Amino acid sequence: MSEEDSGTRVVQLPSGERLLPPVPGAARGPLGAPAPPAAHPPVQGVAVVVGSRPVSAYTELTIEAPDIAETAAPGQFVAFAVGGPTSAMLLRRSIAIAGVGEGRFSVVVSARAAGSTWLASRRPGDEVDVVGPLGRPFPLPPPGTPALLVGGGYGAAALVGLGGLLRSRGHEVAAVVGAGDEARLCSVEDLAAVAAPFVVTTDDGSAGRTGRVTGPVAELVGGAGVVYACGPMPMLAAVARLATDRGVPSWVAVEESMACGVGVCMTCVLPVVGADGRSRFARSCTDGPVFAGDRVRFGDVGTLPADLVGADAMVLAHTPAEEGETP
Amino acid sequence: MTTLPEVDVPSVDMQASIGGVPVVSPVLTASGCSSFGRELDPFFDLTSIGAVVTKSVQLRPRSGRATPRMAETPSGMINSIGLQGPGIDGLLADELPWLAERGVRSFVSIAGARTEDFAELASRLRGAPGVLGIEVNISCPNVESRGEVFACNPDASAAVVAAVREAADPAHPVYAKLTPDVTDIVSVARACADAGANGLSMINTLLGLVIDPDTMRPVLGGVTGGLSGPAIRPVALRCVWQVHAALPNVPILGMGGIRTGLDALQFVLAGAGAVSVGTAVFNDPSAPARIHEELAEALGERGFGRLADAVGYAHRAPDEDPSGRHR
Repeated sequence: MSEEDSGTRVVQLPSGERLLPPVPGAARGPLGAPAPPAAHPPVQGVAVVVGSRPVSAYTELTIEAPDIAETAAPGQFVAFAVGGPTSAMLLRRSIAIAGVGEGRFSVVVSARAAGSTWLASRRPGDEVDVVGPLGRPFPLPPPGTPALLVGGGYGAAALVGLGGLLRSRGHEVAAVVGAGDEARLCSVEDLAAVAAPFVVTTDDGSAGRTGRVTGPVAELVGGAGVVYACGPMPMLAAVARLATDRGVPSWVAVEESMACGVGVCMTCVLPVVGADGRSRFARSCTDGPVFAGDRVRFGDVGTLPADLVGADAMVLAHTPAEEGETP
Repeated sequence: MTTLPEVDVPSVDMQASIGGVPVVSPVLTASGCSSFGRELDPFFDLTSIGAVVTKSVQLRPRSGRATPRMAETPSGMINSIGLQGPGIDGLLADELPWLAERGVRSFVSIAGARTEDFAELASRLRGAPGVLGIEVNISCPNVESRGEVFACNPDASAAVVAAVREAADPAHPVYAKLTPDVTDIVSVARACADAGANGLSMINTLLGLVIDPDTMRPVLGGVTGGLSGPAIRPVALRCVWQVHAALPNVPILGMGGIRTGLDALQFVLAGAGAVSVGTAVFNDPSAPARIHEELAEALGERGFGRLADAVGYAHRAPDEDPSGRHR
């Protein structure tokens, strides 16, 4: 979940690769089913930070919130208010839940700008206002399905709980974790504990194999019955494409800037093919963050595709002076 | 959500009215900031507020604009959503029944490109269940005026308001939503009132712009966007003040950066009989219920037995004795 106001949304694949035009379901049979909603509604409240530790380039916070911890499922996220009650930063910071247990949940915070830096600097005993669990969890595969988990940067944290759950249910789990460099790898030990094979990649070769996750993913996807991925959009696009090309269903937890996290602001949308086969701007928060990988039109993120439901009604609005609208 | 005030503060009659229709609370949501209400159901009792003011609906479904759609700004945010929504058919089929079945009042915001669009929307809302009234969003693009908005022009505003008032259910109060981006908001307000508006909603967002210093381009896909949040509160309050001073008998739904009960109190004192809570919901999804309680407490502490007695109270003559009037 991107949480600052500087997220990149135009999808560019690594190293000059370009996404072909979207091919939702083309000649591949039915698309993955949309992820079902969570079983429990979110709750809002003040919670106490009970743990903080550096995890490579990030900070892992552990927060005491039994009502969130006991209902959260892998793939879901929480939304923090930042800066205190009189903060000038109004928008919630949405971050994937990395782990739950004993009435607590943990998140991995990437301190990039003022809001996330404030959050990452919380210390045990501090209080934070948090809403969760939010979003749709990763759907679980049929018994016996071997799973491949793919994490990029701090997005790998969102797969830790899933990896453990899949293992406890008897699934074979493989994992690929990548980042730009060693410092930006995340959750390596946690995922190594539940996954075999387990492959680390870095762009600069400072840890594991040199290169992107797509190399090992291409090697491992054939042995997987389902792929789960969380990380930057270009990585998700590439992983989903690799899975779909091999006929393997995939679930991606997308990263889009969110203002509220609860479904009312309509800022975190991306083009997704719906159950009826028509594409719409779907909210990453309440319609996602988990989508079937073959339903997300990654190549169209940041654009307004002409075939979207309601795109025809936007023509009249394409004047420089659209403004002041109630959003 | 129904905690009583402190025992030493007398309870305050918080009944308010929207264009003569009584509501249980003077606090409403704000159009575009709470979708169609249901996402906020986990966070507070939607029947405890005056109404859910819906996202502006148009005749046809609209996809909304390409992302990025928002950026955080100091004590606020800028957005360019583009009125994403289901259209009037979707509103009538899915959203209004959901609210009505739960006893939640809806104040339906309508938007259009042509005067006839507004009239048709108002007509379609006749007899719809649970509808408290209509907020006419005349701050959306007006292609007939080459990109200007209706609310920048008193005559165009009056034409829309008159058409809506003519077409609407007589039981539905019609409020015109005004933009602050005008030289003389009183002239627009007066034109709307003379055209039959039962009240005025003030204010819509201010037109703004944010440029990304890294890309050196505008952040928003729509280039410009609407600025909202506490940053605009003094502007909103000034507008309410001016219009109430000029048109003391025209009901005002005040909005613009309300985050606390004391913020809401300022709008009431300036002349608003009710208030909408918008961007604050992104920060605190239970804000409308909280602000109701805080406003009731603030009124009680100041010796007001009824909300209605505080409306416009800041306009009293300098020699009026506040303590002799309300105790």
